[in-house]
Amino acid sequence: MVDATADASSTVDTRQSRLGAVVRWDVVVALLLVAVLAYGFAGVANFGSTINLSFLLGNTVAIAIVALPMTMLVVAGEVDLSVGSMAGLSSALLGALWNANWPIEYVIPLCLLAGAAGGLLNGLLVTRLGLPSLAVTIGTLAAFRGLAQIILGANAVTDFPANYLSFGAGRIGGTPVPYTFIVYLILLIVAAVVLHATAVGRSLFAIGANREAAFFAGIRVRRLKLAMFVLTGLVAALAGIGWTLHYASARYDNATGLELSVIAAVLLGGVDFDGGKGTIGGAVAGVLLLGTLQNLMSLADVSAQSQIVVTGILLVISVLGPRVARQIRDATRRRT
Amino acid sequence: MTTVARAARPTQIGAPGAKRLVDQVLRVRELALLVILAVLVAGTELGNHRFLSTQGVKDLLLNAAILVIVAAGQATVVITRNVDLSVGSTLGITAFAAGNYLRGGGSPAVALLLAVALGAGLGILNGTLVSFGRVPSLVVTLGTLYIIRGVDSIWVGSQEIVAHDLPGGFVRLGHGGPFFLPYLAIIALATLVALGFYLRSYRGGRELYAIGSNPEAARLAGVAVRKRITAAYVLCGALAGLGGALYLARFGNVDSGTGSGYELTVVSAVVVGGVAFTGGSGSVYGAALGALLLTTINSALPSLGVSSSWEGAIDGFLLLAAIAVDRLVALRVARVLRRRNARHG
Repeated sequence: MVDATADASSTVDTRQSRLGAVVRWDVVVALLLVAVLAYGFAGVANFGSTINLSFLLGNTVAIAIVALPMTMLVVAGEVDLSVGSMAGLSSALLGALWNANWPIEYVIPLCLLAGAAGGLLNGLLVTRLGLPSLAVTIGTLAAFRGLAQIILGANAVTDFPANYLSFGAGRIGGTPVPYTFIVYLILLIVAAVVLHATAVGRSLFAIGANREAAFFAGIRVRRLKLAMFVLTGLVAALAGIGWTLHYASARYDNATGLELSVIAAVLLGGVDFDGGKGTIGGAVAGVLLLGTLQNLMSLADVSAQSQIVVTGILLVISVLGPRVARQIRDATRRRT
Repeated sequence: MTTVARAARPTQIGAPGAKRLVDQVLRVRELALLVILAVLVAGTELGNHRFLSTQGVKDLLLNAAILVIVAAGQATVVITRNVDLSVGSTLGITAFAAGNYLRGGGSPAVALLLAVALGAGLGILNGTLVSFGRVPSLVVTLGTLYIIRGVDSIWVGSQEIVAHDLPGGFVRLGHGGPFFLPYLAIIALATLVALGFYLRSYRGGRELYAIGSNPEAARLAGVAVRKRITAAYVLCGALAGLGGALYLARFGNVDSGTGSGYELTVVSAVVVGGVAFTGGSGSVYGAALGALLLTTINSALPSLGVSSSWEGAIDGFLLLAAIAVDRLVALRVARVLRRRNARHG
């Protein structure tokens, strides 16, 4: 601060951006995750047991999978609140068609197709009509859940083929890693490469930072956003299938509120709600931090209700924290 | 004071031709809602003659009253280009607070005030976070939705308030009323008229529209943006609190899940009623009509023999249709204006 007064304002900016690069929010969250994990392994009985770690990963995997396309969407300045309902719709569809004696080899691709179709609906309304994605996806949040309720009613379907159920709930040998987590890891690598090492990823950042500029730079803004919405719907449907097999139960109200956990995790991981900023790594750290905290609270017999409060407070802090820090920084700079 | 009021006005005047056209479209919107409502009611009456009996009309008004009140508060916030997703949680916790107080032998009037005050307090929390933290209102109120619901669940636990715990006068408030007009509907109408008059004719109300149309311009014109936005949230919270107390009076049954998911219905009603998410347009009367339409559809479904499990899907698709139609109309108006300008200029 002292040399900031001595220097010209331009050097203040570079100095601060350099400082900003070192103390990035996603790095802070990753360090926090390491600290929480260290505390868990060292200080909490049963946290490090194979069975508990498999619970942690198994319960987190649906949020983690949906967080990948959601990160890309938020980076491009949009959001999809209908993912939880889409997961529920895909679960209901899976149950209803399986109940109607369709072969599961057909049912699962159909569910994925339904997810892509739902995403297409979101995307078309946003990109062709120019509607705000918040309004559109609040609408489809209600609509998809409503369709799920129409399809399956209050029934629960549980008698899925044993090999599928053991894939959904099982884990690899003696390790705590569920099979579904492997699916997640593959998708994670794909998402990280696409967002951070390809032209598509750079385009998403460009759109989120300045839509007009991206358009004039020759980026096909609408087409790219549409593709992202379709992808998000598809992955949400995949998460719904995973959820159904993991808990061996297809119900219309499966994955209710999933969108809240996903968005909380993504924002906690430093992805800016205004678009243009964020990393897949940060989103992963956010998801795991939230999952680990919830697991630790369960081990400490903290009620599910108190856990909701903690999630809410984390969500508020994760949007408030960076902005308040920026305001304080601006205020001190103005004073100097 | 006069300077500020005059400075804020140009946003509304704009081009006189544009204003007349937009006005017409808006009036058509509220008219369109009335027509749809009339067709729906008439159609249902033809299918089921008990639909428009004295009891039937009373039920329709009873079902709509609480949603109208909460939607009017939400509309006030949406007009400023913000949103309050925590209204469902607020309704739940205030309903329980009022019920808990009444169960201990409190007086109904104080219980009502308590619920409104608690709601207003939660509104201060939301408003402060949104206006002073300058964070997206959707995310903040998503957070407070969680927090309030969680606190509610911890407080309520497995308790449950039933109509039996409540004084008779309070329960009559939720059911009774002269002729076909329930007390709840009278309260809703009074709230609506007062709020509508304030938004239309008072400086504070006009400034909310100014903020929603263009926050930066409103700030430059001397509008106390943060104060006004906070006030809108306080009002929204207070009305959600009133809705909570009336919910208790009407249903007599409150547990930790009361009001969860209600925010979606409220937002649907507001948007269907023509209050745009982009702020600065719409009226509480439109929001009330939207609320009336949604609840009437939901009452009409069972009368027509359609399963009530269709409610959610219909609410959602109605919301989508409403915003899509709004957008298409806006695009058409813009095209007409451009053509007219090209011809004259």
